[in-house]
Amino acid sequence: MITVTVLLFAHHADIAGSTRLDLQLPNGSSAVGCAAAIQQKWPALGDLLRTSRVAVGEQFTDTSIALKDGDEVAFIPPVSGG
Amino acid sequence: MAWVKISPDAIDSNVVEGKLDRDGCGATVCFTGTVRNRSRGRRVHHLDYETYLPLATTELNRVVLEAESRFDVRAAVQHRIGKLLPGQVSLYVAVASPHRSAAFESCYWIMEAVKTSVPVWKRESHDDGVDWIEGNDSVPAVGNRPIP
Repeated sequence: MITVTVLLFAHHADIAGSTRLDLQLPNGSSAVGCAAAIQQKWPALGDLLRTSRVAVGEQFTDTSIALKDGDEVAFIPPVSGG
Repeated sequence: MAWVKISPDAIDSNVVEGKLDRDGCGATVCFTGTVRNRSRGRRVHHLDYETYLPLATTELNRVVLEAESRFDVRAAVQHRIGKLLPGQVSLYVAVASPHRSAAFESCYWIMEAVKTSVPVWKRESHDDGVDWIEGNDSVPAVGNRPIP
């Protein structure tokens, strides 16, 4: 198993009631698997996270890459700066 | 040389423009983004800007560097986060170029890139409640958690 820290923003964080979650996932899990694990606890977040951009280690990345123990995984909703 | 800043600090346009190397430049174009007092037909009380600071800084720097390379300009951008009232400045973009066309085009290009790729979100408090603005969508906020 690996432990990752998930970062949530905007209304994603509202749904979860937190901007940070620590998750245990099977070895080889990707951001997609991470989203599925979160969906089990917050069903409304599943589709939202699967359609979000993902950043690992403060860099945008592909959602299919295997996560490592200790990774910080950020799900990025559509942005609205300016 | 690209210069970017994302912080709760009030934006001083002179400071941002002062970061530009204007050697050889004959044009400077600046964009000031301010908080509207009306949005989607509702009176806005204030906005709370949330960000993922490390990634937003990296992404904003990437945008400015790409603009500098693509248009042969020098650019500086500051984005304010936290609580802002209508009329307050949320974003300032300054671009210097030898000629005006590249300055205008790159300033617009930077604005569009900021609004589509830099991880900053606004939560809008208005007459009818509180909404997150995500892309072109407005999503009701749940609770009223503090924005760091």
